Amino acid sequence: MDLYGLTQYLVSFLIAGGIYALLCLALNVQWGYGGLFNAGVAGFFAVGAYTSAILTAAPATGHVGGFALPIPLGLLAAALVAGATGWAVARICVRLKSDYLAIASIGIAEILRLSIINEQWLTNGSLGIANIPRPLEAWITGEASSWVFVVVVWSVVGASWWFCNRLYDSPWGRALRAIRDNEEAAHAVGKDVNALRLQTYVIGCALMGVAGALSAHHFKFLSPAASDPTLVTFLVWVMLVAGGSGNNRGAVTGALVVWGIWSLTEILTSRLPPDWTARSSYLRMFLVGLLLQFVLQRYRRGLVPERSPPLRFAELPAGLDAINETSRIHNKPRSP
Amino acid sequence: MITTTVATGPLLDIRGLSAGYGATAVISGIDMAVARGEIRVIVGPNGAGKSTLLKSLLSMTTILQGQVLFGERDITGVPTAQLVPMGIAAVPQSRNVFVSLSVAENLDVGTYAVPGVDAPRMFERVYQLFPDLKDKRRQPAGELSGGQRQMVAIGRALMADPSLLLLDEPTAGLSPAYLERIFDLIVDIRQTGVTVVMVEQNARQALRIADVGTVLVSGRHHISGHGRALLANDEVRRSFLGGGEAS
Amino acid sequence: MIQFINFYLIPALALGSIYALGAVGISMIFGILRFSHFAHGDVMTLGAYGTLSAVWAFGWHPLAALPFGIALAVAAALVADRAFYRPLRKLPTIYAVIASFGVALMIRSLVQLFWGPQNQVFKSGVRAPLVLFDTFRVSSLHLQAIGITLALALALHWFLSRTRTGRSMRAVSDDPDLASIAGLEPERVIRATWIIGATLAATAGVLAGMDTQVHANMGWNLLLAMFASALLGGIGKPMGAVAGGFLIGLIEELSTYPWIGSEPLVSPSYKSALAFGIMVLILLLRPQGLMRGRLL
Repeated sequence: MDLYGLTQYLVSFLIAGGIYALLCLALNVQWGYGGLFNAGVAGFFAVGAYTSAILTAAPATGHVGGFALPIPLGLLAAALVAGATGWAVARICVRLKSDYLAIASIGIAEILRLSIINEQWLTNGSLGIANIPRPLEAWITGEASSWVFVVVVWSVVGASWWFCNRLYDSPWGRALRAIRDNEEAAHAVGKDVNALRLQTYVIGCALMGVAGALSAHHFKFLSPAASDPTLVTFLVWVMLVAGGSGNNRGAVTGALVVWGIWSLTEILTSRLPPDWTARSSYLRMFLVGLLLQFVLQRYRRGLVPERSPPLRFAELPAGLDAINETSRIHNKPRSP
Repeated sequence: MITTTVATGPLLDIRGLSAGYGATAVISGIDMAVARGEIRVIVGPNGAGKSTLLKSLLSMTTILQGQVLFGERDITGVPTAQLVPMGIAAVPQSRNVFVSLSVAENLDVGTYAVPGVDAPRMFERVYQLFPDLKDKRRQPAGELSGGQRQMVAIGRALMADPSLLLLDEPTAGLSPAYLERIFDLIVDIRQTGVTVVMVEQNARQALRIADVGTVLVSGRHHISGHGRALLANDEVRRSFLGGGEAS
Repeated sequence: MIQFINFYLIPALALGSIYALGAVGISMIFGILRFSHFAHGDVMTLGAYGTLSAVWAFGWHPLAALPFGIALAVAAALVADRAFYRPLRKLPTIYAVIASFGVALMIRSLVQLFWGPQNQVFKSGVRAPLVLFDTFRVSSLHLQAIGITLALALALHWFLSRTRTGRSMRAVSDDPDLASIAGLEPERVIRATWIIGATLAATAGVLAGMDTQVHANMGWNLLLAMFASALLGGIGKPMGAVAGGFLIGLIEELSTYPWIGSEPLVSPSYKSALAFGIMVLILLLRPQGLMRGRLL
């Protein structure tokens, strides 16, 4: 591969890696801080993407939008809409066992997907939205534009990183981790468990929306057929678990490492005859799944373990623990 | 009510047991030898570790130190489900019946872990001890009163034809009528050859039927002796038996 | 009315039977293993594909080849449990959920790897409908599905109330700690749960495949509806899940009936979102499910 190709690859690697890093940071807020399993990442990603696209794209026939608003506004709106969607979902489910929130997040992702395809007046359906602007488009185009975008993406990642770290170290963050590690005790000390969990979810979803928006601005075109949503959600999870949940450094590391592995293997297998390339993509997916299982069992703390030891309250009796788990399962004794 | 000393050694021998939940010990250095055919009652103030002791026998706590021998066998930390086939049946304090199963099904389940048991004979025995249950045998256990549930729970344990019966506060929350019955029942059960180890809050009445009483305080063994002797003991009476009420 | 029965009611019940079979497994797994099995849809898919291969190899009718699909689905479930879920048993159950999410994708990738991504059919060509009493024109497939599901539901009920394993399963579902104290070995019960769950899921997969097509996402696409069905019937209550499945099927299909005027009440494109909506309603209003009392 020549130098040009290499730099091209590097640019797209950094952009995609950055977007995934942002997704991982977002997911870390939900899982690492709050212990919530969001299986509908792709849905919030899509909401953010479409929100920003609709607001910032040039006017077009056939669908609402084309307000041609500035990109920062698009990003902000993406965060707000995605956050609001997350709020709606979590509001219903946060009192219940975390499984239900997970199922609901799959559901909402599905509904969003259907809405995007069907509400053509808003999203132009399968045809997609075109002419989504790049930052500083009027002045910089071509390859340089891509490099500008790398800077934009990683600035957002940096800002989010800073924000998430501030959250982690704040009383809010400590309260959240106390809940994650021992809910009963935290509740006894007066922490409003459900409110904190709700806030966690919303913040995470908002960041996912921003990631989606960035993706839209990068590709300049958005359609529902973009990529297998489940695969995106899945990859982000592998990245987070492998990198180190509860831990922002780990989130970003995991994103880059796993994305590196994924895209590198993609390049390698793309050199095979086309028939084999298709098959190998399934094999890659299988292996990534295996990686997730492996890390889940052995290295739950991830490549970069959590910085501070989690707050430990006196653990509950073993027998009671099962009962605790059961009632925590249903968040009330013996009923979901 | 004399404790029988058996030549073959204690049925249950607890040696230097320290256990808790996690790294902290709730009970320390417990030595206790229960003879065959004995009724052993464990009493003590709240938080003394009585239930923890029983749970440790069931491998439901973290064993930090010590040993538990059942007959000749070391059963320290053995998986809970393996205890029934060995002859140890337990009745936890709360949530001790399967609420969605009928009374008969609850009892039936008690036999599953003991392949050689004569189920019809066990049913007969339990229905004889608890005639009320026979009428209610098709009712879901969750619909029964507290006292009736207790009977189902004890009945289920007996269905396994155990040699050792562990009871965690069998009279907790029961009306006085049931209380009497339970204690009488335990004596009857012992007559059939079952060794009984019982944790109790109603110390007075429990010690009355005890061959040996053990008092635990703050996770440690405080004093043991014949049931009636403990009842007569001034210090024990004052500290743990209160003015006519169990502490 | 006739049209209603032909084109809405019977298909609704047929769809419901597929949901019911899947939901039972999900309900049992939740009751005994205490987690939501996100890979259940893909176990269904695997059962369909396994049967498909047997059909190709021997030329049998799909239902005759079903045992092969079942064997494959059961094997996959047991392997997944041993390799991926069992090591996480002592942890908070959300880890098992995440693992099952991974297993779902792993199964799907293997299916696509070995059978290819294109859609398949069990038997091509249009089937002539069955005409009953000169008035009802129904699909024999649908009747088959409904009949098989009812038969399996009855068998399951018998199993859970009369056999030792069935009662042990109910006991563990009620209270796993007490079950251990009573001497019931948890792993045996767990194994039985996977076997039954996977068997029913494979059957559902074949029925679904016979009705439409066999493709890699078929199970995953039905997962939401199956969860909703299990929730509706009361999670942890297998027989409730059967009822829940039929209900959801009815609601989904009947929602597209032009109840008011000539337009369907709910746009067909959003039909699959209906299950989600129902689930949200249940979670909001009555999380323990609609069915009262013991439903095993």
